Amino acid sequence: MNVATHRVPHPTPAVSTTKINDLVLKIATANGSGSQSANLILMRAIFHMGIPVSSKNLFPSNIQGLPTWFTIRANEDGWIGQKTNVDVLIAMNAETAAQDLADLHPGAIVIINEALKRFVVRTDLTVFTVPFSKLVEQVCEDTRLRKMVANIIYVGVAAFLLYIEMDEVRNAITTQFARKPKAAKLNGDAAALGYSWAKEHLEEQSVCRLRRTNKTKGNIIIEGNEATALGALFGGVTFVSWYPITPSSSFAETLSYYLEKYRRDPDTGKATYAVVQAEDELAAIAMVVGAGWAGARAITGTSGPGVSLMAELAGFSYFAEVPAVIVDVQRMGPSTGLPTRTSQGDIAKAYQLSHGDCKHILLIPGNIRECFEFAGEALELAESFQTLVLLMTDLDLAMNKWLSEPFDFPNKLLARGKVLTAEDLGQDGSFARYRDVDGDGIPYRTLPATNHPNAGYFTRGTGHTESAGYTEDPVQWHNNLDRLAKKFDTARDRVPRPVIELVPRTKTGIIAYGSSDLAVREARRLLETRHELASSYLRLRALPVNHEVHDFIAGHPVVYVVEQNRDAQMASILRSEYPELAPRIRSVLHYNGLPIDAETIVSQIVDRQTSKEIKP
Amino acid sequence: MTTVMTDPLPTAPRDPKANRLGLVLKEYQGAESTLCAGCGHDAITSSIVKAFFEMGVEPYRVAKLSGIGCSSKTTNYFMGQAHGINSVHGRMAAVATGASLANRVLVSIGISGDGDTASIGLSHFLHMVRRNVPIIYVIENNGCYGLTKGQFSATADRGSVKKGGLVVNQSLPIDCCALAIQMGCGFVARTFSGDTKQVRTLLKAAIAYRGTAVLDIVSPCVTFNNHEGSTKSVAYARENEDPLHEIGFVPHYEQITVEYDSGTTKVVEMPDGSTITLSKLDHDYDSHDRIRALALLDKAREELLFYTGLIYYNGAMAPLDQQMNLVDEPLATLPESRVRPSRETLAEIMESFQ
Repeated sequence: MNVATHRVPHPTPAVSTTKINDLVLKIATANGSGSQSANLILMRAIFHMGIPVSSKNLFPSNIQGLPTWFTIRANEDGWIGQKTNVDVLIAMNAETAAQDLADLHPGAIVIINEALKRFVVRTDLTVFTVPFSKLVEQVCEDTRLRKMVANIIYVGVAAFLLYIEMDEVRNAITTQFARKPKAAKLNGDAAALGYSWAKEHLEEQSVCRLRRTNKTKGNIIIEGNEATALGALFGGVTFVSWYPITPSSSFAETLSYYLEKYRRDPDTGKATYAVVQAEDELAAIAMVVGAGWAGARAITGTSGPGVSLMAELAGFSYFAEVPAVIVDVQRMGPSTGLPTRTSQGDIAKAYQLSHGDCKHILLIPGNIRECFEFAGEALELAESFQTLVLLMTDLDLAMNKWLSEPFDFPNKLLARGKVLTAEDLGQDGSFARYRDVDGDGIPYRTLPATNHPNAGYFTRGTGHTESAGYTEDPVQWHNNLDRLAKKFDTARDRVPRPVIELVPRTKTGIIAYGSSDLAVREARRLLETRHELASSYLRLRALPVNHEVHDFIAGHPVVYVVEQNRDAQMASILRSEYPELAPRIRSVLHYNGLPIDAETIVSQIVDRQTSKEIKP
Repeated sequence: MTTVMTDPLPTAPRDPKANRLGLVLKEYQGAESTLCAGCGHDAITSSIVKAFFEMGVEPYRVAKLSGIGCSSKTTNYFMGQAHGINSVHGRMAAVATGASLANRVLVSIGISGDGDTASIGLSHFLHMVRRNVPIIYVIENNGCYGLTKGQFSATADRGSVKKGGLVVNQSLPIDCCALAIQMGCGFVARTFSGDTKQVRTLLKAAIAYRGTAVLDIVSPCVTFNNHEGSTKSVAYARENEDPLHEIGFVPHYEQITVEYDSGTTKVVEMPDGSTITLSKLDHDYDSHDRIRALALLDKAREELLFYTGLIYYNGAMAPLDQQMNLVDEPLATLPESRVRPSRETLAEIMESFQ
């Protein structure tokens, strides 16, 4: 083979310091170059070797040509949250190569395109140079495809260097290109070439290697938006309206795909659902409210800017007591902001969305399974409480690939809330739409087209009597607000309870929510092993909070609230909920658009602990 | 053809004043109006009550939808037995889209105003029309914002004078009928609240129609826009109304055959078997000619002419629920067995992610 090689002096096999199944692999490419396929093949191959694995796709708000980074973390013990300390870099993008190399820690491994060799100025890295452009000519005649196929070659090279099994690479390619046999063949050849070239020209490395284990059997790899969509599907959704916005679009698109596939009447082919791509988010929520009013299980998906537009109808849903669900896939910033970066910046806004005294139920999944479960739960709670429910995910959960146990089939029947039928209304049949009959603040409703002369009522945001008549009477308005507050209090013990891990005798508690969970759990382990700081942990899964949250804070003199926003939004909610406990609450905040990582949490906690509270 | 189911007719002894369902007019009425005495909207409300009564629509099947404004309050003033929703400003068209898909047996009537439809809700109005949401969409058009005391709306004619005589509207009006035709609407009418016979006949035809039926009804605001120099005043409308034809309507359930002179009367057969008759007056107008309808509206806007009647009709378009091929039963009340896929389906999907 007449190609230039770059041999690196290298110690031979498996020394005792070799890290096994503990890898952070970062791949720097340009978007639109087909690198996503190559990266998913690598990830899938590792997954099928039984090693827990996750990926973070850091991509620009752009279709083609801008830098993108894909980070795969594989860890035998399941520590697969965000980690910034990279073990292996595959550098394919000239635009970012200098910085990508500069960011590495000493001793890191670099697989670099020969054309970018000039960027290698450090001597403390283990560098493997690969002539990708020459190699690709051997397998791909079509010059237009070469850029894409070159990416598959690095799969083969990485497989050799990291001990990823080529059988699993081949299987992953077959899966990836299941409907395109020609592409599967081309990519399979390219990967094989990368592997054989590396075997012939590169030394083996012993810094980190992967080895087959059995930790992923039966598991799935799935994105949060897919899980949320499936949750809505199995939650009996009947109406969807949405307007495209990153990072939520794939929620509605995936849901539409599965509805089309599984929710047509087997005899007639007719749809048991309706999906409308609306003209804007104002219309999307208005359609959902209209459908919810008429009795459908209705949902919309959006992100921060869309939630802002939905604010007025959110208040209408709250006051007129109409079921509705908004999936808010949180991202960074205002209008344009950083639409492809993650955040937990909508918590405070969502909690009190709209005008007047509004408070909404928020469900906050902390993992992929909960994306599935809480989507169904959101539909359930919206109908049970006749109000808006927001499902708060974020870009990290929603658009990255996560390892998960498969989802369980829902273990309870669909609940449709307090709906009176014509039979329920019976002979005399009067009902008062906004009367608190059961003492839980939740009134009864009827649906349009209920065939009973007394079923009809007039829904309005304006002041109304218990019988839905118009009123501006101060006492009635006041009483209605109090009943709505009571209804909200009823929700405290009906929303998903917090997950609590109490550690005896520790003074330190950590509260977190949403996609921070994995990083927090890893941080707790590091705090304990490095700093002898044991911590209890409460993971919030919903608002409003219940007494367990109070008791947790009351039980720990110092409580860190970890969140991915600047303004400590959840901490503020907790302080106003429990003013007497406010002095105990400290914040760990992360808001640069990247998913939160364990080291960030550890360093902020260590910085904030007084010398009495922690060992140096 | 429509797939909407109708309930069997009751067989109780009939009140001579009752309609085909055995219901009397009172059962189509609502709460007392709180609008200003003489408001054009109240006349429209009466026409709605009569049209639904005469057509024998079951009140419980009706969904009344509105946005915000004087017009939008009126859904409370008719058919008290029906469900109503007075939603938020400008969004009624979208609310109605969701409601009508959630329950396709509903007969939806949306009441909006010129501010609600032509300004804040313009895009939703257009998108509702292009989707052909099944609804009778009434615009109670008075050229001003009544509830906030008389500001010009987007339908005020150029040159129209504001109350007090000092401010003249310089902007061209938005013509909701022309927009509706452009968006593919199959039932577009303009009428005048004071022409109660024409309003009622058009409403009855709209009830028989499945799809978006737009009725732009000039409805004078007697408090803020009824003065000299207004082109939406009672006097102006009375003086200037120029009917394109005399409209008659025979519902499908009345098995009567009438001979018409084909030279003077055009007969429109509706998909449900009802017929609209358009008898010639001063104009020789064809309601099936889309281009001509747009030309007519353009001329009307330029020359401040007030044509009324069925401006455009096309019964060939499928309403949204049919386009979506929805099941016959309301989505709202489908049982769990039809809306939650099986355990095996979940297992199959889970396997695809392995």
